[in-house]
Amino acid sequence: MLDSSAQTDRIAEILTAHRGLDGPLLPILHAIQAEFGHLPQVAIPQIAAALTLSKAEVHGVISFYHDFREAPAGRHVIKLCRAESCQTMGADAVAGRIKAALGIDWHETTPDGRVTLEPVFCLGLCACGPAAMVDGRLVGRCDETLVAEVSE
Amino acid sequence: MKIYIPLDSVAVALGADALVAALEAEADRRGVAVQIIRNGSRGMVWLEPLVEVVSDAGRLGFGPLTLADVPGLFGDLGAHPKALGLVEDLPWMKGQTRLTFARVGVIDPLSLDDYRAHGGFVGLDRAKAMSKAQIVAEVTDSGLRGRGGAGFPTGIKWKTVSEAAGDQKYIVCNADEGDSATFADRMLMEGDPFCLIEGMAIAGLACGATKGYVYLRSEYPVAIRIMNDAVRIAREAGVLGPHFDMEIRVGAGAYVCGEETSLLNSLEGKRGVVRAKPPLPALQGFMGRPTVVNNVISLASVPVIMEKGAAHYKDFGLGRSRGTIPLQIAGNVRFGGLYECAFGLTLGEIVNQIGGGTASGRPVKAVQVGGPLGAWFPPSLFDTPFGYEEFAGKDGLIGHAGLTIADDSTDMLAMARFAMEFCAIESCGKCTPCRVGAVRGVETIDRLARGDTSAIPILTDLCNTMKLGSLCALGGFTPYPVMSALTHFPDDFARSKEAAV
Ligand SMILES: Cc1cc2nc3c(=O)[nH]c(=O)nc-3n(C[C@H](O)[C@H](O)[C@H](O)COP(=O)(O)O)c2cc1C
Ligand code: FES
Repeated sequence: MLDSSAQTDRIAEILTAHRGLDGPLLPILHAIQAEFGHLPQVAIPQIAAALTLSKAEVHGVISFYHDFREAPAGRHVIKLCRAESCQTMGADAVAGRIKAALGIDWHETTPDGRVTLEPVFCLGLCACGPAAMVDGRLVGRCDETLVAEVSE
Repeated sequence: MKIYIPLDSVAVALGADALVAALEAEADRRGVAVQIIRNGSRGMVWLEPLVEVVSDAGRLGFGPLTLADVPGLFGDLGAHPKALGLVEDLPWMKGQTRLTFARVGVIDPLSLDDYRAHGGFVGLDRAKAMSKAQIVAEVTDSGLRGRGGAGFPTGIKWKTVSEAAGDQKYIVCNADEGDSATFADRMLMEGDPFCLIEGMAIAGLACGATKGYVYLRSEYPVAIRIMNDAVRIAREAGVLGPHFDMEIRVGAGAYVCGEETSLLNSLEGKRGVVRAKPPLPALQGFMGRPTVVNNVISLASVPVIMEKGAAHYKDFGLGRSRGTIPLQIAGNVRFGGLYECAFGLTLGEIVNQIGGGTASGRPVKAVQVGGPLGAWFPPSLFDTPFGYEEFAGKDGLIGHAGLTIADDSTDMLAMARFAMEFCAIESCGKCTPCRVGAVRGVETIDRLARGDTSAIPILTDLCNTMKLGSLCALGGFTPYPVMSALTHFPDDFARSKEAAV
């Protein structure tokens, strides 16, 4: 984990790298989240100052989008598709079994910080559902054995 | 030995990357030189990972390939247990009219040489020799309508932007593809990215725009990587440059950002709330400048229209639905995938003949056409021909041409509830009928689930309010899946109080 001055420096670099883009806020937020795994609080005033926005405006944008998180996720993230095509292949039941195995609900992280479970609405794998993404890796025709993949 | 293994998300989700590693290791062990090319997908999802070995006769298919099947590829190919024969000769391939998807699965997506060898840039070269008005006329004459859902004539949109005053105009590609059962945009971007780039460059010429953006959803990591690589390669080759350049922008998991004005706000770095129209994006779009917003498939269909001429494209189809449509057959289906054909097949032909019925082997109960905002069709409407007006005439829509097939174990009340829940989760919050209506909708359907049939008129009323009062089609069309479920499957809503407890 970087200390906060190192964080500030890295965020400043990211802001500089995005100078010159039209409408740079989403690319900046993605870059910061890719770097730190979430959007650290210190980033908000820094972004606001660089883009001449209010802190509330930056926060408003962050809170609008499902992708952005203001607190770190678990060490692994399982995203399960909840959309219609996957439902017709039993996604609800698979999700239920995964929730039971992990002991958590949507958007929650296991108490040991190991896994976060997120819903996703379609991964474009709708003809091989139920679909999932485990730590960025796509999985078709998934079932509850996914849980074993994120055991440590 | 030359072998194709798809890089398409579906193939990867079903194990293609592990196959590549296994093939390389096996080849090494045997001292055989293999060239592995990562292609797009042919669209036969039930055969993925579909591996193709180049032979004198053509490309031989093997699939769905597992790790155990790899050593066999170095033996007698004809005797391989997963041998499918020549891929081009498979019925699924032969039945199609591949215009927009002609190269997908065939070429190396990131090879400009491959792209050119298969007709790439012929359309752009032709467009360069034409006036703006001539290009617009060609696209208009083709009959191409927006494939993002609304079906607005592409040429007419381009004409507005082309004739608008403005020193800076933009071409924005809508690659947000959030509908369940849709993956045509993804497959095109992963399998033939230069085709989209060419289509956007032609749009730029037609409209006098020098800058393009692709707004690509974050759920598509493979497409994001391929499109970024393709843009870089196209720039290095001078295809993109000061005359027309483009950027790939990644969304952040909001379904509503597929709505064009919400998309533009998001692209500008704002909350993705819907803008009131007018002003039209064509006149005041990105940064307030004249902007074309088109779906991936609309734009990617332009190169072949320019290459082969408007008349060639227009010859396919039925009624006012001209050309071809990449059907995406998904859900509980035996043969799922992408099938490009002229408009006009009936829904029954698509579901039963092409799709082969359900994967579970149980009877088909309903098919949702057009994503989460599309209606559920019962088998009694399977004679409906696939076309914009034909589906509208049956209180449905074709949307982005995705089909979710559901078997008879599906509870349509649960599907209707999901439609309302999804709308509530994804509403941008700007208008009340959508923001509040969807929440009330879930509550009302829960009353029905408890056996309170007096909630039926309330649900109907609520749907009317959402339909008429919402600012965009998120709230406006959520009533389609709900009301179609209620209308065609009343039994699922008539729960007795005892059964519900
Ligand atoms: C809630 C909502 C979501 C939409 N999502 C998409 C989408 O993901 N992709 C798309 O091309 N169009 C989508 N649309 C339609 C766009 O608003 C717009 O009509 C389309 O991008 C225009 O391009 P086209 O004329 O080429 O279809 C959506 C509309 C609504 C109301
Ligand atoms: S519906 Fe689940 S991947 Fe598309």
